[in-house]
Amino acid sequence: MKSKLKAYIDKKVDVAPLVVFRLGFGFIMLYSITRFWSKGWIETVYINPKYHFKYYGFEWVKVLGDYTYVLFALCGAAAFFVAIGFKYRLAIITFFLSFTYIELMEKATYLNHYYFISVLSFLMIFLPANVSFSLDSFLNNKEYKKVPRWAIDSVKLLLTIVYFYAGLAKINSDWLFKAMPLKIWLPSKYDLPIIGDTLMNQNWFHFLMSWSGMLYDLLIPFFLLYRKTRVIAFVFVIFFHVFTGVLFPIGMFPYVMIVSTLVFFDAGFHHRIINFISKVLKRLVKIDFQKLKIKSIYTLKYKRIIIPIVLLFFVLQLLIPFRYLLYPGELFWTEEGYRFSWRVMLMEKMGHATFKIVDSKTKQFFYVDNSDFLTPLQEKQMSFQPDFILDYAHYLGNHFKNQGHKNIEVYVESYVALNGRLSKPFIDKEVNLYQEKESFKHKYWILPFKDDIKGL
Amino acid sequence: MIKRIVLVLLLGVIVYACDESDDNGGNLGNNNDDFNRALLLANVADNYIIPAYQDLNTDLNDLVTVKNTFIVTPNQINLDALRASWLKAYKTWQSVEMFNIGKAEEILYSFQMNIYPTNISDIENNISFGSYDLSNVNNNDAVGFPALDYMLYGVAADDSAILAIYTDDKYTKYLSDLVGQMQSLTNTVLTDWTSSYRDTFVASTENTATSALNKLVNDFIFYFEKGLRANKIGIPAGVFSATPLSDKVEALYNKEASKELVTIALQAVQDVFNGKAYSTAATGESFKSYLVSLGRNDLATLINTRFNGAKEKIQLLSANLKNQVETDNTKMTEAYDALQLAVVSLKVDMLQAFNVSVDYVDADGD
Repeated sequence: MKSKLKAYIDKKVDVAPLVVFRLGFGFIMLYSITRFWSKGWIETVYINPKYHFKYYGFEWVKVLGDYTYVLFALCGAAAFFVAIGFKYRLAIITFFLSFTYIELMEKATYLNHYYFISVLSFLMIFLPANVSFSLDSFLNNKEYKKVPRWAIDSVKLLLTIVYFYAGLAKINSDWLFKAMPLKIWLPSKYDLPIIGDTLMNQNWFHFLMSWSGMLYDLLIPFFLLYRKTRVIAFVFVIFFHVFTGVLFPIGMFPYVMIVSTLVFFDAGFHHRIINFISKVLKRLVKIDFQKLKIKSIYTLKYKRIIIPIVLLFFVLQLLIPFRYLLYPGELFWTEEGYRFSWRVMLMEKMGHATFKIVDSKTKQFFYVDNSDFLTPLQEKQMSFQPDFILDYAHYLGNHFKNQGHKNIEVYVESYVALNGRLSKPFIDKEVNLYQEKESFKHKYWILPFKDDIKGL
Repeated sequence: MIKRIVLVLLLGVIVYACDESDDNGGNLGNNNDDFNRALLLANVADNYIIPAYQDLNTDLNDLVTVKNTFIVTPNQINLDALRASWLKAYKTWQSVEMFNIGKAEEILYSFQMNIYPTNISDIENNISFGSYDLSNVNNNDAVGFPALDYMLYGVAADDSAILAIYTDDKYTKYLSDLVGQMQSLTNTVLTDWTSSYRDTFVASTENTATSALNKLVNDFIFYFEKGLRANKIGIPAGVFSATPLSDKVEALYNKEASKELVTIALQAVQDVFNGKAYSTAATGESFKSYLVSLGRNDLATLINTRFNGAKEKIQLLSANLKNQVETDNTKMTEAYDALQLAVVSLKVDMLQAFNVSVDYVDADGD
């Protein structure tokens, strides 16, 4: 067993897929940062709001005021350097740190595909992606043709995990037997030419989309892995991501996935891409990449450290999505353990939360207008996620305490509607949230979900 | 062959990429290809909005006439007539207050018609200074129905003192300008509707954050939550402050009209929800019928039940809401709670059913 493992770790393959992956990843990230910037979201999401929701344990992460732009510029520059493979190790570490810091600044912007980018860029720190067709290899006058097989396999494994877990998440009674939430989302696409009027509001189409979405997620990694089905699978990948990109406001995610899944193709395919780019570059900058001194096989330094880190990384990736099992109650309702689990576009949930500030001695109270404190995005995210509600309750309590109010208690009257069910009370309105502390323990003050969703 | 397919699809991706339209936010659901959104908009526009604005326009024209009579002869009879005309127009206003779209949105119509409490010192300063720009945003709290409320009931200690005030040219000028401004703004809004905007409105059923349909839904809910629930009941009842604020009622100086006004406003909201015409019992496509076509009869019924519950609680209030707050505020807070239930049904359930996101969020979804 151990020798088989050692044999696998030492196996070498053509580096081309990793190179193309690096190029694709770097440029898409650069585009992504630029797009975010150009939409003015740095301003509206990070700089303007008075308050920011932080992740548990990361309350020390501060927004940097106008220097946030510097952070984004740094991140974009790092992405570019990753793409061209210049000072790759430094660049990818910088990218990982800056991108993750950006995400840590505001929990209300949590998206599964941002989490994916953080996780992927972390993995890429340990991959030898710059040993060929990169500025580094050009400047060092050294190019390697082969790298350890696990380097490329690890990217495929990560993608497999993302898809497969996304598929597992869709195995639930709302998704499969009620076609929820697609039954709410698809009919709203009545503007689409031809299919808007006909397909989008058909009941059978909602179920077809639900079931095929689930099957696609579960099966596609395997069809991509198996050589004979690879091309057809990729056709499906493009179709699926373009279709969902048209239907839903999911930004960069379709591009990220389409480009990432190219890594499943064999080295020959990637060499064709590299040759094409080479030819273009040759005409533009007159550099002949073929003239480099070629060393054939890259040997990994610091193997003793890197392999265990990567192993631990994957063990965590496999286990983290299941932590919800440690909590009682309905996952979709309490959301304890919901994030970081590839539960992508899985439910339609909306809420309304009214906070009551009470003076425990005089019993005088008043309600708070959330728009005085939160942006619409923050208010929306807060209204159906208990950790946000608790965080905000403390923020309000402290705010009014600083204003001179005494004996402060904070209560919330909150209602949540999940996947088309009538809204129901969400949080116990008799619990003084200002006294409750955030922790990994179950939040007993979330009212029970009065329905049943079966599934994993 | 396969390569060609992949190439075509990649081309498709590129085309899609270049054509990335941002439909973040505004979505309206339709589970039944029979539901006609344009009919909903046409019903609201033709059978409610335009007739209501026409009614208001007429009332304000009358108000101008009656005001002119009063200015020439400021006596008790003419004051009473002026007050009656004001109240009639104010009641009609309650039916259009919820609409903040088209020209009304553009010229900030509501802000120039019904900001209360009115700012007495701003009014008095304007009057003594003699020259002012009523359309300036700083004067929003010195114009409109609330300003007239003050001018007709609160400007002096009693009726004979009020009549004496209107021998002063400065006061009559301000009174005149207030009325003239309201009438002119209303005329502008109405004319826009009857000339070009109606057709633009009815055609704007797209699936975007700025389509007329989405704006109508969002405005409706926003008005119910803020304009009605908070402004007319919640704020005076002290729900948003440590103690009640009885001076923040509508029609503060007139005193006896405040309950009547909120009653009319609530009925107007319910009527629009149910697609009822402004002046007849006829109904047409509406939010309610939309919900029913989405299979959400449960929700449509619940919303009406909650509206009715709020109506009942408001019925129990005294005509003079300031008095109600000061003598038995519990009834006010109960009315508030009943309105709040309806807010939840509209803002959470109805928006989810229609798949309308609140219209001011702009970010990627996941």
